[in-house]
Amino acid sequence: MFYRENGQFKSTYESDQQMLPILQDRVFMLVLLVFAFGAVPFLVSDYLFLSLLIPFLILTIAAIGLNLLVGYCGQISLGHAAFMAVGAYAAYNLVLRVPQLNFLVVLLISGLIAAVVGLVFGIPSLRIKGLYLAVATLAAQFFMDWLFARVKWFTNYAHSGSVQTPPVELFGWTVNTPAEKYLFLLGLLIVFTLVAKNLVRSRIGREWMAMRDMDVAAEVIGIRPVYAKLTAFAVSSFYVGVAGALWGFVHLGSWEPLAFNLTLSLNLLFMIIIGGMGSLLGSYFGAAFIVMLPILLNQLPAMLGVPISTSMATHLELMIFGVLIVFFLIVEPHGLARLWAIGKEKLRLWPFPH
Amino acid sequence: MNRRANFLMLAVSAMAAAIGSTAAMAQAKEQFFPVLSYRTGPYAPNGAPFANGFVDYLKLVNARDGGINGVKITYEECETGYATDRGVECYERLKGKGPTGATLFHPLSTGITFAVTDKSFNDKIPIVTAGYGRADSRDGTVFGWNFPLGGTYWDAADMLVQHVGKKEGGLDKLKGKKIALVYHDSPYGKEPIALLQERAKMHGFEVLLLPVTHPGVEQKATWLQIRQQRPDYVFLWGWGVMNSTSIKEAVATGYPREKMYGVWWSGAEPDVTPAGDGAKGYNALVFLAPAGQGAVHKDVIKYLHDKGQGTGKKEEIGEVLYNRGMVSAMMSVEAVKRAHIKYGKKPLRGEEVRWGLENLAIDKAAIKRLGFDGFMLPVSTSCADHAGSAPASVHIWDGKRWNVQPGIYEADQQILKPMIRASAEKYAAEKKINKRDCAIEAG
Repeated sequence: MFYRENGQFKSTYESDQQMLPILQDRVFMLVLLVFAFGAVPFLVSDYLFLSLLIPFLILTIAAIGLNLLVGYCGQISLGHAAFMAVGAYAAYNLVLRVPQLNFLVVLLISGLIAAVVGLVFGIPSLRIKGLYLAVATLAAQFFMDWLFARVKWFTNYAHSGSVQTPPVELFGWTVNTPAEKYLFLLGLLIVFTLVAKNLVRSRIGREWMAMRDMDVAAEVIGIRPVYAKLTAFAVSSFYVGVAGALWGFVHLGSWEPLAFNLTLSLNLLFMIIIGGMGSLLGSYFGAAFIVMLPILLNQLPAMLGVPISTSMATHLELMIFGVLIVFFLIVEPHGLARLWAIGKEKLRLWPFPH
Repeated sequence: MNRRANFLMLAVSAMAAAIGSTAAMAQAKEQFFPVLSYRTGPYAPNGAPFANGFVDYLKLVNARDGGINGVKITYEECETGYATDRGVECYERLKGKGPTGATLFHPLSTGITFAVTDKSFNDKIPIVTAGYGRADSRDGTVFGWNFPLGGTYWDAADMLVQHVGKKEGGLDKLKGKKIALVYHDSPYGKEPIALLQERAKMHGFEVLLLPVTHPGVEQKATWLQIRQQRPDYVFLWGWGVMNSTSIKEAVATGYPREKMYGVWWSGAEPDVTPAGDGAKGYNALVFLAPAGQGAVHKDVIKYLHDKGQGTGKKEEIGEVLYNRGMVSAMMSVEAVKRAHIKYGKKPLRGEEVRWGLENLAIDKAAIKRLGFDGFMLPVSTSCADHAGSAPASVHIWDGKRWNVQPGIYEADQQILKPMIRASAEKYAAEKKINKRDCAIEAG
């Protein structure tokens, strides 16, 4: 009844090419942004910021990055936590060795370094596909784990291989309180989402999708696979590298090489599979699902007033989480983003579904 | 649609609950102790007895003494699974609970210690790491909130070197020897390396570094290297299943267990019993609390387990890790008691508890009074030295029980001090921390 686009005519190319062509969507987005920027910082407790929202925002950037590669270009990667690690250690060394750099510049450079590394590990994708590529990217994961654990220079010769970061400073503003961190990350996430959205709608994004759908056909119509695949790897690693730097500096503040291990790579992959491959919205849903659900499940018994031991709660959490993943994959293999799309379709017809 | 609506409702209710819990609570006369524990995952065999001992002691103080000077103890456990990210989440969840917030934290993992040390400067909650954590956090002028009571891994490594030196007939006899460090490849296992290398330079022995990746059940390659290199001694820096796996591998490789020395976290019952008779002769450091029962254990049984209020199994009372958990809890409670003298007998904030920790003076009489006779040595701390003295002995597993050997070791502070200073200075510079001036604070 409220959600339909009747009477909204598009008479210019600009209006046809808008990101959100439907008025209701634009209003909804505006309200959401005002809420996220204006209301959330005052409503939410520090615990929610630090344990849920901040990891969610950072991992969303990473999930978007991985989605560009896997969802849009069809190249699988099991080593994206390694590129996060590259970004994090690059940022750490930049801040340590060139302290006068602005943090935004640091983020940019560490993203670029991660992009170069991603490019190198993307080269095998020119020859191999599917499972074989997955294994090749797995090599990136193990290589980086080894590199940062063994080459002492990267960790500034720390005794235990664990590095500490100073607080983030931007133009004299120290990003210190949870609310400040949240606002800083939210701003970055919006910029990164806008860039990604425009990338996938542009020539380069269409090339990626053509590669994904059928590489031979794409080559026949004049798309260079070298260019398309390597740009996908580079852009994806850039995103993930920036996310890694943020994960280290804003979320952890102090980390060990173990923080970027294979588990994180797999979690990133789960995020886009559950959220929806080839959908930016799906990256948001997936990150939220993977970050928030385990913590929610862990605390649920206590909230409902059911006294069970912490070990029982943890076992239950693992079981229910596993079941939910299987459940979602069976019921909606296209991810939460597809559920959202179905919901929107239904809403358009509501309350007269005929 | 329905599914999503349900999920949304769940999320909203969870958020509401979380917001509500941090709202101002009634000023009850309660002191809140957060308990970070791990009863699941590969480290559970060691995490559970520690947590049981810790919680039992807190319960005992309530049941026997009616709290700390009349202030009831409340506590909440949070499962970390020994994972740093979950540990930090637990820290955030528990730090604001109780009328005055968390008293102090025992992170129970070196990785979590590194992560929360960062936050302690803002939150002003002490981090007590009894026998683990950062070696340089002994320096209270930089690490204002860390308390590695009972010694750090640098202490431990130093004592082990002294012990094998004594066995060889003098530290100078170590020249040309080979010592292998089989370590958990995490901040925990890497901590002692710096000190061993320093000592190796002094005495001319060789250190062989053999990392084992988490969780440590795959050690074939490591022990193959030991078979090839034939080190004179093996120092084991493992935790959880890694310890028992190492001992089993030593049996398989034929490496004499008599030449294996574990750190104090590699010398409890769950580490040796899985290897059966093969573990006979294995040595480990023991600090604070050896196995056995004393006066305080009788109280635990009388006030808790006989009434069905105990935390773990009754048979496990008196195990090494159970006792260590109990001593950790005891030192925390004593710190609060100490702070009561200065701030009055009321629920205290973390900042006030820190004063208690910095002025901790548990002497022989106090240990006897508390029923810990024979389970720990006196501890006293100061603003500049957050660890106090950290003596330890070596105990040997005879197949049935741990036998403490005569001889108490203490780390050579002449060697440690400059290393701690340098490392703490580096931390302060990297994190841009203003150092505390203990002379001014005391005056």
